[in-house]
Amino acid sequence: MNVRSAAARHSARMSARPDLAERQGVDLVAKRRREAQRRQLNVAGLRLLVAVVFLGTWELTTRLGWIDVFFWSQPSAIVAKTWYWITQGTDLGPLWDQVLTTMEETVGGFIVGSVLGVLIGVALGRSRLLSDVLGPYIKAANAIPRVVVGALFAISLGLDIKSKIATAAVLVFFVVFFNAFQGVREVDRNLIANARILGAGDRQLTTEILIPSALSWIVASLHTSFGLALVGAVVGELFGATAGVGELIYAAKNNFDAAGVFAGMGLLAAMALVAEALITALEDRLIKWRPPVATETRI
Amino acid sequence: MAPAIELRGVTKRFLTPSGGVYTALRDLNLTVQPGEFCAVVGPTGCGKSTTLALISGLEPPSEGEVDVLGQPVTGIADGIGYMFQSDAVFPWKTVLENVAAGPRYHRASNRDARLKARGWIARVGLAGFEDRYPYQLSGGMRKRVALAQSLINGPRILLMDEPFSALDVQTRSLMENELLGLWAATSASVVFVTHDLEEAISLSDRVFVITAGPGTVKSTYQVDLPRPRNVAEIRFQPRFAEIYQEIWKDLRDEVLVSYERQKRSGAA
Repeated sequence: MNVRSAAARHSARMSARPDLAERQGVDLVAKRRREAQRRQLNVAGLRLLVAVVFLGTWELTTRLGWIDVFFWSQPSAIVAKTWYWITQGTDLGPLWDQVLTTMEETVGGFIVGSVLGVLIGVALGRSRLLSDVLGPYIKAANAIPRVVVGALFAISLGLDIKSKIATAAVLVFFVVFFNAFQGVREVDRNLIANARILGAGDRQLTTEILIPSALSWIVASLHTSFGLALVGAVVGELFGATAGVGELIYAAKNNFDAAGVFAGMGLLAAMALVAEALITALEDRLIKWRPPVATETRI
Repeated sequence: MAPAIELRGVTKRFLTPSGGVYTALRDLNLTVQPGEFCAVVGPTGCGKSTTLALISGLEPPSEGEVDVLGQPVTGIADGIGYMFQSDAVFPWKTVLENVAAGPRYHRASNRDARLKARGWIARVGLAGFEDRYPYQLSGGMRKRVALAQSLINGPRILLMDEPFSALDVQTRSLMENELLGLWAATSASVVFVTHDLEEAISLSDRVFVITAGPGTVKSTYQVDLPRPRNVAEIRFQPRFAEIYQEIWKDLRDEVLVSYERQKRSGAA
């Protein structure tokens, strides 16, 4: 009798224990989740505060006359200007057309530059002779402040979209080229040996081993190079254009319209952010074989 | 019948980055019969992996001759499977694409290659994992992919460079048993490089002991243990212990030489 009741008590205690452990586990998870939510709210609140303080100070100091509104404009004027562009159109025509023009130039330059960069980068990465012969020239070309080629293209290709695409492409090319070249150079020797043992020929080695291996390098460079394509397009417009956000900024500058310059900058920032999101989506598609760890800090 | 692999008086020298000459192998003679499972043991840095590179045609010898299947080796030949020490499965290909690579490189149609690959994936116990990428697999599973990848072309020579050294002990003996099972179904000759004498004896018909670098064959031992073997249990047989002691006497000296050398170069 005694023995049995002891055993019963023992088993009761044993069954109570997992219960308790489970409850504590659930509590822990809930606590962590609450903490995470609170932290997110805090961050969002502080972000908003930074914006309010910055814009508020700007608005206030210009209104009080401490800072000359003629040179530095003010947030309310910039918003009004942007709204005017959206509703009434710009001097160059509807705002949408300007954004579209700049976008076309950017994307065009981005595509031309990255395709050429990948092709030539892989070719030079594959061939020791080619890279030894052409290496110094490419380094020299890379050392030139490349935005100045925009001036050359404005002369040779005219004031329309072609000269901007060319300028953007030149900026993009070097970044993608160096990454593709390096990517091909850094391919794991074991993978090449394995592919050759399995019977891969030269072409298969390039398309199935070298390019996929270099792709994570190349895609990483696309983030930087899209921003450069936008720089190229805008610089190209500054050298002479009939449409585009860069031309809008240039026109505003000539009219001493600081609000117009800032409004154009805001537009460019918005375009860059949208493009960045698109490229991140593209990256996830292109290298879905990579473990899902953040390889770079995205702000 | 001609031997499957024959190395005669092979010497291999490499240029070191500092401009010196490093002799990895010196006057090495080694013969493997068709269908034979040979293990090559030796201390670290004795040129075991170099031997495999020479047989596969990835590297030419500096001196001497290498014949595979009766033909002198002039480059990478057909009929060779190679399992590398580190992971050499392609990270951007799924399990199915990895295994199907061999037939595809040999101009099989995409459909045939995939069909054949599915068969091999099932044979190495990975059915259901065809669409995973290597990063989603455990180390043992990646080794299975590599095994299927190197066997799918039906190699007559299988070269293995410490393929299981990165695995934990249990997974390792599982993989070794599966390798023996798969090998028994083929007529391939195997050269299995390892620094683990137990592994060498439990798998092979013959064990080559290589000297501390520059490597050359110090001695050869016949392993007369019956097949089929269970790798996890064969080490309890008295005969296994006898063979082990016999080979270890030889191997120990080489390991000591290599260890002393490492200590000295570490101190310098």
